[in-house]
Amino acid sequence: MLRIRALRKSFGDHVVLDGIDLDVARGEVVCLIGASGSGKSTLLRCIDMLEETDDGDIHLGDLELTDPAIDQNRARARIAMVFQAFNLFPHMTVMQNLTLGPRRVKQVPHREAEARARELLARVGLEAKAYAYPDSLSGGQQQRVALIRAVAMDPELLLLDEVTSALDPLLVTEVLDVIRELAREGRTIVMATHEMDFARECADRIVFLSGGRIIESGPPEQVFTAPRDQRTAQFLARHTARR
Amino acid sequence: MTTLPGSSPPPPSARQRERNAYRRRRTVRRVVVGTVSSLVVLGLAAWVITSAPGWPRVREVYFSGHHARESFPAIWDAFWLNVRLFMTVELIVLPLALAVAVIRVVPAPAMAPFKFIAAVYTDVFRGIPTILVVMLVGFGFPALGLAGVPTSLFWLGAIALTLSYGAYVAEVIRAGILSIHPTQWAAGRALGLTYGQTLVRVILPQAIRNVTPPLMNDFVSLQKDTALVSTIGLVEALRAAQVYQANTFNVTSMCVAALFFIIVTIPLARFTDWLTIRSMRRQGGL
Ligand SMILES: Nc1ncnc2c1ncn2[C@@H]1O[C@H](COP(=O)(O)OP(=O)(O)OP(=O)(O)O)[C@@H](O)[C@H]1O
Ligand SMILES: [Mg+2]
Repeated sequence: MLRIRALRKSFGDHVVLDGIDLDVARGEVVCLIGASGSGKSTLLRCIDMLEETDDGDIHLGDLELTDPAIDQNRARARIAMVFQAFNLFPHMTVMQNLTLGPRRVKQVPHREAEARARELLARVGLEAKAYAYPDSLSGGQQQRVALIRAVAMDPELLLLDEVTSALDPLLVTEVLDVIRELAREGRTIVMATHEMDFARECADRIVFLSGGRIIESGPPEQVFTAPRDQRTAQFLARHTARR
Repeated sequence: MTTLPGSSPPPPSARQRERNAYRRRRTVRRVVVGTVSSLVVLGLAAWVITSAPGWPRVREVYFSGHHARESFPAIWDAFWLNVRLFMTVELIVLPLALAVAVIRVVPAPAMAPFKFIAAVYTDVFRGIPTILVVMLVGFGFPALGLAGVPTSLFWLGAIALTLSYGAYVAEVIRAGILSIHPTQWAAGRALGLTYGQTLVRVILPQAIRNVTPPLMNDFVSLQKDTALVSTIGLVEALRAAQVYQANTFNVTSMCVAALFFIIVTIPLARFTDWLTIRSMRRQGGL
């Protein structure tokens, strides 16, 4: 469903993505791992058309996202992205945050959008917070709302960029639970993460980025227990030992 | 990451060359559309105005080339007074306003009387029309006859504008300080910085950056308001233009003065735009 070929991106003469090939099937959950600065966020931003790419193709279904002539607004309605922090609009209640996109972009009637929002809130255990403002929510609660706000748009593809790294460990679990459930529902997810245990448990595939390239890509069991590349092994040794 | 010295990027693929060509064509198209539509609209506006029945009369009274040339030298000379005035006032207003704003936000109890004075000052001088402040200072101070009070009209005008604009700018800066998230105070204090150090090193630089556009707006406004000192008898650009107009019954000289004010405003406006765009870029919003 998502097909990336020979993708290149540099900032000035700093090459960040140096020929990325990646296919993601419908319903697949792909975890991007790699050292800080390895280009995970950049890759996700390129997929969401937030960065202009230097070369290579990105296709979502039959739509070429790297085509400069496409209607980005319409293409983005098929993709949702959640960032590390600052996702919610602080001047709106949780309910307004959740219904803004469906109402203004998808023209869903007000009542219907609210009903759907309430249903999603119930699923993440936040019914009581529907009319609270983001400021009065904990970080974990805010990220859960951010996730269901993305889901409320029914995207074909969900991009998550370290959605838990601004949270303390207790809150991480509640956010990961939501992602786990989204994965079970059969949503297509590409996520950058430093949560190795979660990646191992929930991903269908682990993709290890280093030096602007995909060094290794495979099912979690294989990548974590028998990495093919020396660099993957080193990275995993460091990151799993820490925990 | 992989900036290998001496390695050049591979040549772009055929598809990428197509994309680049498309982007170039799109840029050209946008420029062409922008230029053509501007020309059409401006041309149309010019045609509507110049074909109006009263136009020849308007042109003679407002935009006469002869009167423009005749009045130009006197207005040019007088305009330097405006320039000197706003430059002087801008230089004094900044530190004054900064001091007033800081006094109003610091919590030190020993500052209470100063906080009170600062609050009264901003309330009073933001409330009084600037032209009234100019008159009160310009006519009142010399009548006081106190030693040390300047008698030069220039300085009286400068004092009046400083008092008025100091109050505005102080409020803008104070709003900027209050807009900085409280965790920044906490972060500064947590590092072991004193209250003052946190204010100077952490809070103020961010606050000033945030309020630069409204601050510049106040300065533009100040540049125009230098014309108010004509009421106390200073011959600045507006007064010079008026003198010419009174002798000829033609307001072209006033349009010349207006042009001077516009011209000094434009660089400041563009500078403000540039600052705003730059800070948006930095935050990755653009
Ligand atoms: N707008 C930009 N301008 C210049 N360089 C950038 C820009 N954005 C990212 N970079 C650089 O690109 C590289 C990759 O950044 P990216 O954010 O994709 O890394 P990451 O893998 O997401 O890291 P982390 O795990 O810390 O989030 C970094 O070296 C970064 O400095
Ligand atoms: Mg990142």
